[in-house]
Amino acid sequence: MSEEKFDAIVIGAGMAGNAAAYTMASRGLKVLQLERGEYPGSKNVQGAIMYANMLEKIIPDFRDDAPLERHLVEQRFWMMDDTSHVGIQYRSDDFNESRPERYTIIRAQFDRWFSRKVRAAGATVLCETTATELAHEGGKVIGVRTDRTGDIILADTVVLAEGANGLLGTRAGLRQTPTPESVALAVKEIHFLPEDVIDQRFGLHGNEGCVIEAAGTISRGMAGLAFLYTNKESISLGIGCLVSDFAATCESPYELLEAFKNHPSIKHLIAGTEVKEYAAHLIPEGGYKAIPALFGDGWVVVGDAAQLNNAVHREGSNLAMTSGRIAGEAIFDVKSRGGRMTKKNLALYKTMLDESFVIKDLKKYKDMPALLHTNSRNFFMTYPKLMSEASKNFMRVDGTPKIENERATTAAFIKARSRLGLVSDAVRLAFAWR
Amino acid sequence: MTVAATKLRVEDKLFQNRYLVDPGRPHITVRPHEHPSANLRALTRICPAKCYELNDKGQVEIAADGCMECGTCRVLCEASGEVVWNYPRGGFGVLFKFG
Ligand SMILES: Cc1cc2nc3c(=O)[nH]c(=O)nc-3n(C[C@H](O)[C@H](O)[C@H](O)COP(=O)(O)OP(=O)(O)OC[C@H]3O[C@@H](n4cnc5c(N)ncnc54)[C@H](O)[C@@H]3O)c2cc1C
Ligand code: SF4
Repeated sequence: MSEEKFDAIVIGAGMAGNAAAYTMASRGLKVLQLERGEYPGSKNVQGAIMYANMLEKIIPDFRDDAPLERHLVEQRFWMMDDTSHVGIQYRSDDFNESRPERYTIIRAQFDRWFSRKVRAAGATVLCETTATELAHEGGKVIGVRTDRTGDIILADTVVLAEGANGLLGTRAGLRQTPTPESVALAVKEIHFLPEDVIDQRFGLHGNEGCVIEAAGTISRGMAGLAFLYTNKESISLGIGCLVSDFAATCESPYELLEAFKNHPSIKHLIAGTEVKEYAAHLIPEGGYKAIPALFGDGWVVVGDAAQLNNAVHREGSNLAMTSGRIAGEAIFDVKSRGGRMTKKNLALYKTMLDESFVIKDLKKYKDMPALLHTNSRNFFMTYPKLMSEASKNFMRVDGTPKIENERATTAAFIKARSRLGLVSDAVRLAFAWR
Repeated sequence: MTVAATKLRVEDKLFQNRYLVDPGRPHITVRPHEHPSANLRALTRICPAKCYELNDKGQVEIAADGCMECGTCRVLCEASGEVVWNYPRGGFGVLFKFG
């Protein structure tokens, strides 16, 4: 057993782990961070939209040197059927502010930058090191073992920031392995294009960016979502659906991705690109009801590992950063009062998290996962088709009297879902959204 | 559209990626079995790296070289013991340049 003992060991150098390690190290705690990848970010996948406010709370002047791609001025939501889409589009020049609130990023670059800040703050960061086991003594976590040596590295607290598929905490019985119903599998590609071509295709200038989120028949009746985000000189695009739905339908994720890329609404946007990477990752989708115990004697869990992910708004990195920061602040608080890292004292982390947007947002949508999952065919197949049918009826000028088009639209909705079905879907959606 | 999609080879996609393979130390193994369960069989379709395949005897095999460590097969088949799942040793496995 090595002699050195840390105030905290942080497992993982993703969004949550870096936030926690930075918060503690910059307050003078002795922090060791372990990352299994060759460099921070080498195992991580994200769309990726990064929310400035949550990073500002950790590193206020991040805009000076963080690798940011584009700030977002436009968002499109598309409901897609096989050949068309109905969309909502919001664009505002107000987003061209001096401190924009959302940026696209590339995780492998961003995580390395964040990790440099963590090191500069004084933490010891060990990459290419997988933590293999939590060490216990009398029911208390006292450190970890790694695949480097068999020795236990001791610490007062272990911060589990190991991401959606975290093995350590589940193996130690601190929380459940994610169920197929509570995680989505997303596949993603990055496509390179000259900057000016992206500007032209999406109507952008300078560092402006545009994002498209799309649902509909592209997920073939599964609960899922696709996305297309503009980076400086590349486009990230992908699609994700619940693992339970994939297992039930045996749809293949790369075929879905190919079909999305070949959809007439998407194809021209990525024509002539050079694909440089294909990635896959899980996204926690269980929401509030899937959040496990967040703390115990000698440990806390943050970010995706704790299912702190808002699937409705496609936010995860900001919840990860915020939970990591709050965990770091709570540990520092206990430490500076001379307290031990007991379950009782670490409950402060949960109290502080409950007060933040993280838990408040997840609570707001606590019924959403169940609704979307039990109703996925209607929400992801029937309605997009009907919406597109309705739009087509509305747009076509072919000599059919308008009243007949309108009746056809209404009839199609009722035929597909029945009056009662429509009302019940609307009511359930309204309640889950409340 | 569908024709193009089914013709697609995942191998070509994975070719873009960087891996550091740890020879002789597969991080995922499939437990020997007579007949694969529905979930195990599903993996031959839904593993995003197409690591799982059905052999001529109707059993599911894995070649984990192209694995992107997503964890889907763990979530589906670890509890039943059909799949034994670990991370590769530190530094090995997939190395995303962009992520
Ligand atoms: C396709 C996709 C698109 C997304 N888009 C968005 C988006 O646009 N905006 C957004 O806010 N969120 C998005 N998310 C969610 C976001 O990526 C996650 O919520 C966020 O990355 C969670 O951060 P984390 O630190 O908890 O986990 P991760 O970022 O996954 O980090 C976990 C880290 O722990 C390391 N690790 C794990 N186990 C060990 C171990 N035993 N030893 C050592 N190291 C270990 C891993 O290598 C990794 O570096 C997206 C996710 C996906 C998959
Ligand atoms: S972890 Fe993901 S990519 Fe690797 S074998 Fe399992 S399902 Fe396939």
